[in-house]
Amino acid sequence: MADQVMDSTAASGEGVAFPLVLGLDTFGDRTSSPNGEPLSHAQTIRNVVEEGVLAEEVGVDFFGIGEHHTDYFPMPAGDVVLAAIAARTQHIHLGSAVTVLSSDDPVRVFQRYSTLNALSNGRAEVILGRGSSIESFPLFGYDLADYEQLFEEKTALFAQLLEGGAVSWQGTTRPAMRNQDVVPHLENGYRLPTWVGVGGSPQSVVRAARLGFSLMLAIIGGRPARFAPFADLFQRALASFGRSPLPVGVHGPGHVAPTDEQAREEFWPHWRELIRLVAVERGFAIPTEESFAFETGPQGALYVGSPETVAQKIATNLRTLSATRFDLKYGAGGLPHETLMTNIELYGRQVTPRVRELMKE
Amino acid sequence: MTNATTPAIAVLGAGHVGPAIARLALNAGHSVAIATSGSPGDLALVTQLLIPGAEPRWAADAIDGADIVVLAMPLHRFLRMDANDLSGKLVIDAMNYWPPTDGTLPLSFDDQDIGTSEVVAERLNNAAVVKTLNHVGYHELETYARPHGFVDRRALGVAGDDPDAVATISAFIDRIGFDAVRVGPLSAGRVLQPGGPVFGAVLRREGFERAVYNYSVEQGALSLAERHYRRSA
Repeated sequence: MADQVMDSTAASGEGVAFPLVLGLDTFGDRTSSPNGEPLSHAQTIRNVVEEGVLAEEVGVDFFGIGEHHTDYFPMPAGDVVLAAIAARTQHIHLGSAVTVLSSDDPVRVFQRYSTLNALSNGRAEVILGRGSSIESFPLFGYDLADYEQLFEEKTALFAQLLEGGAVSWQGTTRPAMRNQDVVPHLENGYRLPTWVGVGGSPQSVVRAARLGFSLMLAIIGGRPARFAPFADLFQRALASFGRSPLPVGVHGPGHVAPTDEQAREEFWPHWRELIRLVAVERGFAIPTEESFAFETGPQGALYVGSPETVAQKIATNLRTLSATRFDLKYGAGGLPHETLMTNIELYGRQVTPRVRELMKE
Repeated sequence: MTNATTPAIAVLGAGHVGPAIARLALNAGHSVAIATSGSPGDLALVTQLLIPGAEPRWAADAIDGADIVVLAMPLHRFLRMDANDLSGKLVIDAMNYWPPTDGTLPLSFDDQDIGTSEVVAERLNNAAVVKTLNHVGYHELETYARPHGFVDRRALGVAGDDPDAVATISAFIDRIGFDAVRVGPLSAGRVLQPGGPVFGAVLRREGFERAVYNYSVEQGALSLAERHYRRSA
């Protein structure tokens, strides 16, 4: 599964060649006007469509939208936005990054992304998440204490839906299904490439392997190198379940500008504000100038800098983590749309060709 | 059991936090058992690759063989544990109450006047509970661990009611790479909780002590004002 149909440079992981995939992710971070006025949710969403279209123009492989339900990430229906991008693009793959499956219905998720796949002529993908952003739980009446069981059951059902054919299923988190056909069917034997986003829990890595999903490591702080054993764990777990190797990807936040200095200056105030918002809930340290310097340096998790700096860091980390896919989560609440467009332009035209070059060496 | 200088460790929890603490303990020369609510077989692969040297065990066996038991599971999971299993044990409470992931807990975890570790200790009435390791991000534990005497060594707070237990755990914290700052009895451990002055903060000993002191003064002043208000109300 997770067949990559893109024309990309082959990169090897564990002796198996997977294509090198370089993408962009957004959470629909609420944008500002050039003079710093916050834009409406609606305008932010229209801007994301333009950003997705530009991503294809500059040669990016994948454009992902992460589900969120907050004022600073007003992006609960990313699949609708992806459909708008699909109508205006030809090649770029489009997917969730992530779908909070725990608080959604796997049947509905399958139907939406299978529809997106139809509209885009086979370019839809799904990245499933357990719920590191959890604002959807109270909104839809789920108890967070159940999130582990919700995710376990729902990922298993989703795996079954991907097989196609009539589905029978029984569990505690949604009504049972008895020999039911779920439409629209995928065409030509295509399987939606499906990944599981993992934030560092080894047992989530094992689950992804058990269900036959590819592994997307979300690394948003600290040294990415500490995740290196996860790729090994993933491949060995796949083998122990009798499955073939699957690709490993990395999702990391960052910002590209013409120079290192400009990138840091643009990104820092917005990043600090964003992390301040989520810090207490999730146990993050509130960023200081010192920690920001570490995270944007060679050992840290943020890809902030000039195209060369960012490309070097991506290539280094892909190697360290035995990964063949990198998705840059661009933007941070309040950065103007124009600045994000420059980021995307530089990422597609300068960073990704440079990463491909570095990965060949 | 082991000799006095290297207590045997049991880590309960194999999510984000447990493996990081287990590796630090292994590096410091402790024997380490790791357990979840499931079987050791389920943990074998994770242990072999991510915590080489640790032994996956059933929780009850891990606890049985340990001098120090580290609670590194989500708080809502802890509530499903049989409290008797930890009877007579020396226990590190590295947990926090996260309403977003724990949901609304039945006990008084939300009560501002009582620390979450006090609630944990009440449940484990026969164990010596020490609060530490809860206020450092799991992804920072190994980044910041330093041998004794390094100038940029990070400080971790330790709170507990039993002086011997606090001494043993402080020595453990020191061994795995941090300066242990004793902040007082378990009730004082509230200073280490989310929203407190040292939660997630990268501080050396002096800065840590100052932050705890300032906070205590502030809280003391507040509670004096509160008492005054209640009297006059």
